[in-house]
Amino acid sequence: MVKLDRAASRLVKAVAVILAIACMNFVLIRMAPGDPVAVMAGEAAMTDQAYLDELRERFGLDRPVHEQLLVYLGNVATLDFGTSYRQGRPVADIILERLPATLVLTITAFVISLALGITAGVIAARRPGGWVDTVVSTLALAFYATPLFWVGLMAILLFSLELGWLPAFGMHGATPPAGGFAYTAEVARHLVLPAMTLGLFYTGVYARLTRAQMLEVQSQDFVRTARAKGLTEARVERAHVLRNALLPVVTMAGVQAGHLVGGTILVETVFAWPGIGRLAFNALLQRDYSVLLGVFLVTSTMVVVINLLTDLVYGLIDPRIRFER
Amino acid sequence: MRTLWKQAALSAAATALLALSLPGGASAEDARNGGVLRMIAHPEPPTLMLGLNQQGPTQFVAGKIYEGLLTYGPDLQPRPHLAERWEISEDGLVYTFHLRKDVRWHDGRPFTAKDVVFSATDFLAKVHPRARGHFSRADKIEALDDHTVRMTLKAPFAPFIMGFETSSAPMIPAHIYEGTDYQTNPANQTPIGTGPFKLAEWKRGAFIRLERNADYWQAGKPDLDGLNFVIVPDAASRALAFETGEVDVLRGGDIEYFDVQRLAASDGVTETRAGYEMLSPTMWVQFNLRSAPMDDARFRRAVMHAIDRQFIVDNLWFGFAKPSAGPIASTTPFYDEKALVNYDYDLKKAEALLDEMGLKKGPDGVRATVRFLPLPYGETYIRLGEYIRQQLEQIGIRTETVATDHAGWAKRLGDWDYDLSLNLLYQYGDPSLGVERAYVSTNLVKGSPSANVSGLNDPEVDRLFREAAVATDRDTRASLFSDLQQRISEQAYFGYLIEVQFPTLYRSGIENLVTGATGLNGEMEDVRLPKR
Repeated sequence: MVKLDRAASRLVKAVAVILAIACMNFVLIRMAPGDPVAVMAGEAAMTDQAYLDELRERFGLDRPVHEQLLVYLGNVATLDFGTSYRQGRPVADIILERLPATLVLTITAFVISLALGITAGVIAARRPGGWVDTVVSTLALAFYATPLFWVGLMAILLFSLELGWLPAFGMHGATPPAGGFAYTAEVARHLVLPAMTLGLFYTGVYARLTRAQMLEVQSQDFVRTARAKGLTEARVERAHVLRNALLPVVTMAGVQAGHLVGGTILVETVFAWPGIGRLAFNALLQRDYSVLLGVFLVTSTMVVVINLLTDLVYGLIDPRIRFER
Repeated sequence: MRTLWKQAALSAAATALLALSLPGGASAEDARNGGVLRMIAHPEPPTLMLGLNQQGPTQFVAGKIYEGLLTYGPDLQPRPHLAERWEISEDGLVYTFHLRKDVRWHDGRPFTAKDVVFSATDFLAKVHPRARGHFSRADKIEALDDHTVRMTLKAPFAPFIMGFETSSAPMIPAHIYEGTDYQTNPANQTPIGTGPFKLAEWKRGAFIRLERNADYWQAGKPDLDGLNFVIVPDAASRALAFETGEVDVLRGGDIEYFDVQRLAASDGVTETRAGYEMLSPTMWVQFNLRSAPMDDARFRRAVMHAIDRQFIVDNLWFGFAKPSAGPIASTTPFYDEKALVNYDYDLKKAEALLDEMGLKKGPDGVRATVRFLPLPYGETYIRLGEYIRQQLEQIGIRTETVATDHAGWAKRLGDWDYDLSLNLLYQYGDPSLGVERAYVSTNLVKGSPSANVSGLNDPEVDRLFREAAVATDRDTRASLFSDLQQRISEQAYFGYLIEVQFPTLYRSGIENLVTGATGLNGEMEDVRLPKR
């Protein structure tokens, strides 16, 4: 019963957070100078007052802002995300067709960076100061410090232009193989460069975090006890050291997971990946409010959900956390 | 022996059959080289319903799906298209268009005079801002029969014949749109035109694929099997896409000018600057004439003297531009070089003008401070903004640069909330169509960045534009426009900088890529790839 209560209260809090985010987004976007009507009028090389008025009326921009906010919140409550000013299509459709691309990219990058980062950190911690450690630590620092944009362009220069191994942009060719394995392979080939680029930063972070934590835990008494009991080195490393070293890594992974939907604008731009980060960026440039608000709402909802999941994972790794608070 | 005879007979029969079939329909098909031309759509068009959106990329992609009554050659002379011929009455009031009889919409329905009347008087008049202005000059637009349309103007308007290319007046199918809400019609997602290509697939954010319209009214065309437009949002990535061979063409604006220079010099790449005769973009420093010191001609002349236009051409545009000195581009009719005042690059003259105005330097060397709004269109434009800022500082004018994105820029310009800005104007093939709107007091519309935002209100300028628009005699128009250029140039209402040129880069061997005044925005039915 207590558990259920806590779950319910978490849920109520989450909904309140999302609602507050929706309001804040609305206000923040309206504070940015520029409105969709001016942008569209400029694009149409257009000067006619009737046209401007008609656009404002069609988008409801002629009404006071607080009224627009109320209408917006009402729509959101009924899961109606509105219609894009520019595309004239439902925002929900627009987001749904772009969301999978971003998820594929970011989840791949997430898995790659976790796997590579933790492995590298563990290996480096075996012999601190040895040449493996030096190489891993230097690389990790380099990954951590290099701007994504630059890494992406250099990767394209090397692997696409010079070597011709991998495609430079897009999620698949213009006539992708229909479905099945061939399609998956095509997407995978296109995925390599952007996922690596996106994953590099966190690979560096995880490698450094894991290494530092492993070293710290290794020197603690319970590890010595485990060794004294005659456990194999591999078992000690996995069950005792790594398990205890992972908590800060999980915290960091929660942060990265928060970026799963939103933090990919740069990589999606460099690699022409048809995802949601770019969709939001373009919507911002064009002041397509309804699309932008829709993307914000979807992404912030996902961040809230991911935070809940991260809490659960804490509990799995360290059972003591489950009973706190 | 018997088999040999048999073989000979057979091959003779085959040859005869082949010869018989040659003049038939198949030969035109055989003559096609086919293939898919790969280009870049940047930014991604919001829609492909050309009647509803006139953004550059929409014109580029949807210009192959929809068509207008006419096209225009590089000399800006009208050429027959959906209208096979036309007559203009002596008094310049009645335009009669004779339509082709064999044109069909992509859904198979015939294209008739009804579609033309519907487009001009109903659809475009409601939603197409430029066409609305254009067709509002007509008193009556009527179908005389299924293939003849007569447009009677309220008053003569010489450049009326210039407004019929695809993006200015795309023909819209009446049977799909009549009586519906045009903005929300579901057919907007599956555009139906008469053009040489049909929409095959649009994967948002990734690519747009057009396929050959096999029933196109020009037999045997288009030559290509299809067109692919990939969507690549980053300029450096677009240059790489061309280098890695994943696209065949780069349009002007796809990549930065420093990359153009590099790529144009590489093997197997051809460069052309043709195809922008209709637009002929000119770029200028935009003054807000409503407030001091911009309201003083001496200040504006000083700015003209302070800017080295050849420097901009050579170092910022790498030669892909031409110094500009007046309101009408050298590629637009009625350009008159002799009418223009020569504001040579001379900082001393500039300072003398400011001194004469009484704008004295303060102890910090500053005469005046103005708010400057550069164009947020990418690297080259940012550098131009920096150059101008630096030049103005040399003559004692301090600029507070206001950094904006495009939406913020449009908003501030439309609200007249700036002192100096940069701006780019398309000329649309005639000064009365593309130039007038930035100068005349009848176009002082708040809220639109492309109206007369400088606040220019000069009765003499108004009069000259008004008379030039309705004059039917070419010499009369020429003399009026010469007077205009002289008047505007003397007053330096705008700080003219350059005529921007847009280079197109493509793989050598591609034929007929740019054939008309709208360049790559054209229909592309004649484009041929090298035979494989």
